Amino acid sequence: MRLNLRVWRQKNGGSEGAMATYAVDGISPDMSFLEMLDTLNEDLILRGEDPVAFDHDCREGICGACSLVINGDAHGPERTTTCQLHMRSFRDGDTIDVEPWRASAFPVVKDLVVDRSAFDRVIQAGGYITATTGSAPEAHATPVPKADADSAFEHAECIGCGACVAACPNGSAMLFTSAKINHLNVLPQGSPERETRVLDMVAQMDAEGFGGCTLTGECATACPKGIPLPSIAAMNREWLRARRKVKG
Amino acid sequence: MAVSGLIMLGYLVAHVAGNLKVFFGPEEFNAYGHWLRVMGAPVLHHHWALWIVRIVLLAVVVAHAVSAYQLSRRDLKARPTAYVHRRKRASYATRTMRWGGIILGLFIVWHLLDLTTGTLHPGGFEEGKPYQNVVDTFSTWYGNVVYIVAMLALGLHVRHGFWSAAQTLGVGNARRERLLKLLANTLALVLTAGFVSVPVAVMTGVVS
Repeated sequence: MRLNLRVWRQKNGGSEGAMATYAVDGISPDMSFLEMLDTLNEDLILRGEDPVAFDHDCREGICGACSLVINGDAHGPERTTTCQLHMRSFRDGDTIDVEPWRASAFPVVKDLVVDRSAFDRVIQAGGYITATTGSAPEAHATPVPKADADSAFEHAECIGCGACVAACPNGSAMLFTSAKINHLNVLPQGSPERETRVLDMVAQMDAEGFGGCTLTGECATACPKGIPLPSIAAMNREWLRARRKVKG
Repeated sequence: MAVSGLIMLGYLVAHVAGNLKVFFGPEEFNAYGHWLRVMGAPVLHHHWALWIVRIVLLAVVVAHAVSAYQLSRRDLKARPTAYVHRRKRASYATRTMRWGGIILGLFIVWHLLDLTTGTLHPGGFEEGKPYQNVVDTFSTWYGNVVYIVAMLALGLHVRHGFWSAAQTLGVGNARRERLLKLLANTLALVLTAGFVSVPVAVMTGVVS
């Protein structure tokens, strides 16, 4: 396959960026999107140019390191992570636009790499449990109803990649934060901090400069892990409940 | 946004029901208009109940507009750099919430100047004769156009707004999703169809 790439190039956070056009040849449809970018970077290095910086780690779709807005879609046209997106989703001769996540809470570090530590600070605000640690407890020591276990697991699937923020027209982090809160709030292990968790994490989310939610649903459409949109309503429910309890 | 929106929605349901009385002729419609002024009597003085409704509505409209402004400012600030590759996002109703809201705000001003104060009313505005006033307004082409466009905007606004309010207040969940969407669409359709039926009736001569 021969492709025309238009890639966002930006030297660092302080400099102006722009889209740069590159032609890449010899791309196999079985390559992942990141392998295609590796091919481009090998070319660039041989030509003595600066390779395109992009985030990646496991390349198995489970770590949440990779990002990229491809042709206007977070993680590209398939509902998966960029590392699990294959070039067979494109056609020979296509022009592909590659941009970084866009949000004021995710400043660009270089080219396609953005700083997602705002998510870490939201987690630090309450995305943990204060149970004693040590070796893993016996699985049946704490009974969990099946429906709650399923809901917790569904939300635990969030890998914190930030596609929800990138896809949201308001740069809102409601889906991410709701996944983290719902994951722990339905479990008995998470219940001691049930109220402070939701209040503190939402406050931190707001302090990071993420936008507000207008329920466009773009986040849930882009989420590679399929965190559903009603999770946001569930978080709002938890927040209203916590406000009543803490005040009352 | 959610609470103020739902209060206005409640008012609109009462408003559309009242409007439909126009189909029962001038006596009944004018009598209904009169009743609105003596509502709550003899406990309340004349016009008191009406003024209470007006004050609550004004407060709610202002609250809705202020929170919309704050939310929009925050949202625009959170995405300072737009994507180069743009594509259509979300449904039409969702994308037009901001502009639709502004259109509705301007419409309310015109609507009050037209049929409450009579300042912009075409022809002789007569207090206490709402039936004739309504017929006058919808006998002009611009009266019909402004009204119908605004009511279509209202339908779209309610379609996304009602469902969103349910999410904000934490009422939504996966099982209620379809029910809430159905309710939002039904409300939007009933309100728009109900309101639009009046100018259409005047245009076709059913109400004259």
